[in-house]
Amino acid sequence: MEFYRSHVLVCGSADRKAQDMESLINEFEIKLKEQGLNNEIKVIKTGSLGLFDMEPVVIVYPEGAYYANVKKADVSEIVSEHLLKGRIVERLLYKKQTQTGPDNLDKLQFYKKQTRIAMKNCGAIDPTSIDEYLAMDGYKALEKAITTMTPSEVIEEVKNSGLRGRGGSGFPTANKWSFAASVDADQKYVICNADEGDLGAFMDRGIIEGDPHSIIEAMIIAGYAIGGTKGYIYCRIEYPLAIERFQLAIKQAQDYGLLGNNIMETGFSFDIELRLGAGAYVCGEETALIASIEGQRGEPRLKPPFPPIKGLNGKPTVLNNVETLSNIPQIILKGADWYSSYGTEKCKGTKVYALGGKIMNTGLVEVPMGTTLREIIYDIGGGIPGGKKLKGVQTSGGFVPVDKIDMPMDFDSMSSIGTMLGSGGLIVMDEDDCMVDMARFLMEFMVEESCGKCTACRIGTTRMLELLEDICEGRGKEEDIDQLYKLAGDVKKASFCGLGQFAPNPVIYTIDHFRNEYEEHINNKKCPAGHCDIN
Amino acid sequence: MKSLKELEEIRNRVQKQMDTRKTGSGTRIVVGMATCGISAGARPVLKAFMDEAAARELTNVEIGQTGCVGLCSLEPIVEVYKSGDNKVTYGKVTPEVARRIMAEHIVNGNVVNEYTVGSLEQNNN
Repeated sequence: MEFYRSHVLVCGSADRKAQDMESLINEFEIKLKEQGLNNEIKVIKTGSLGLFDMEPVVIVYPEGAYYANVKKADVSEIVSEHLLKGRIVERLLYKKQTQTGPDNLDKLQFYKKQTRIAMKNCGAIDPTSIDEYLAMDGYKALEKAITTMTPSEVIEEVKNSGLRGRGGSGFPTANKWSFAASVDADQKYVICNADEGDLGAFMDRGIIEGDPHSIIEAMIIAGYAIGGTKGYIYCRIEYPLAIERFQLAIKQAQDYGLLGNNIMETGFSFDIELRLGAGAYVCGEETALIASIEGQRGEPRLKPPFPPIKGLNGKPTVLNNVETLSNIPQIILKGADWYSSYGTEKCKGTKVYALGGKIMNTGLVEVPMGTTLREIIYDIGGGIPGGKKLKGVQTSGGFVPVDKIDMPMDFDSMSSIGTMLGSGGLIVMDEDDCMVDMARFLMEFMVEESCGKCTACRIGTTRMLELLEDICEGRGKEEDIDQLYKLAGDVKKASFCGLGQFAPNPVIYTIDHFRNEYEEHINNKKCPAGHCDIN
Repeated sequence: MKSLKELEEIRNRVQKQMDTRKTGSGTRIVVGMATCGISAGARPVLKAFMDEAAARELTNVEIGQTGCVGLCSLEPIVEVYKSGDNKVTYGKVTPEVARRIMAEHIVNGNVVNEYTVGSLEQNNN
């Protein structure tokens, strides 16, 4: 049996075009013989495929190229370009009428209002390729920092950029670095907090999975700035793909000599170790995270002393969030002036948000600080499905009610209305969401995650959950609302760490803004959103 | 260990490769393979592209992966870069759609309009 590497189907309907078909096939056979291809390529005559206007049609397999209105004069080109050299003859291909409308991401409304700095490389490079990271100016910032700048110049650049902690604290990053740099110690540490645990937050996951080298480069720069030679990445174990990306990136950086001894022949050495979490939300709190790396139970520690003065193993430690770090290489490379041209006066740069809940376009968006929630939800997020009414948006640890969605989203504006920006998780809630049930759901999480060290959080969250469950399940009493509110206030004041201090927030803001829902549950045994199953 | 000079060489070489418009030949197909993409079914889509490229014996098609581009609700997302053309972004791609993209768009130059992100966005609203 003969083997043909390619089949050429010449298609046409029987009658009128018979002579054309014959001369076409003949021409193919002549040209193929001329090129010495007649034993490799089989020409087959077939009937019509139905598109009479396109005939004669020639289909070349295995590719499946579909040539329309082929004339005898075209055959030579098809044979010498496509069949001999493997280059499809574009001008002869059958072209459908193309529709107008955006056919790529950059033209979408979703992207037009975004400014991608932290997520610049996500979707643009293969995250498993260090070479592609290099091609996008990767490790150029490191080169600039360690070969042309002093450590204090690096810190000065970060200071002038106005970068503030993206994990939710909003603490000026340069200050942390500066404190650590000012302490005399025989070792200093840089830790990346990749234990993203806030509800609805997956910004860090997106950054790590799409651009792990930006974190590594930032950590080396930080090490140089503070005078430390060791870094740790603490990644939550619930992110297996992120862990895989980190492992590969660390190895690649080591192979290229970007981690290890004498980086870029400057005499500066830095290496990174990956440590995995074990499912504790509290280990997102910096001192609990440090305890975990030390091999202790993840429990927070008293501050002061703050980690930049005395942290891991009692040494100066800078602990930064993934998103904070991912901005560093570009700040160094493009300069503080460039970075601080984005954002507001006190909150520079951009913020990545994870849009979830009742919204059309769920995903990750990056916008300049100061963009309003209205723009994020409606212009970028596509609005609420089903045309439902917005109730408000949950941030990590805070809530923005519908009448405040024109506030600029930045650390200070959010505090001014008594709430917080959080780490970036945004859960959009509409008229069908029960706020009491939401408070209960969040409290359930906090009870589970409380480390138990301090009484206020350990017992307070449990008692608050019991009250919320009573209310949701129809056992609530009138005095429960005030009792819940007071308890929330006490737990907030008396808790040892951020977990306990922020756990009561959902109770406080739901009672502040939606007291009527609580009253409906208690007095009328009814859930206004139609959500809770009360008997 | 790479010297600074070697790093610069890698940068220049790979920059050129990634920019198909400048190199003027071939096609790059990039499949989103972050957690959002994988959980939406990107792995079978990647496999479908690779199988089709092999079956059609296409030598100038590069198939790769990338991270989360941000529009998680439309995953699996596939971007097609054909030399000289603007890039086309597809969303909600299945192995079946991948095969169509290979046949209609990559080989024959006809964008599969129903699955571009623009069409998907329009049809949603």
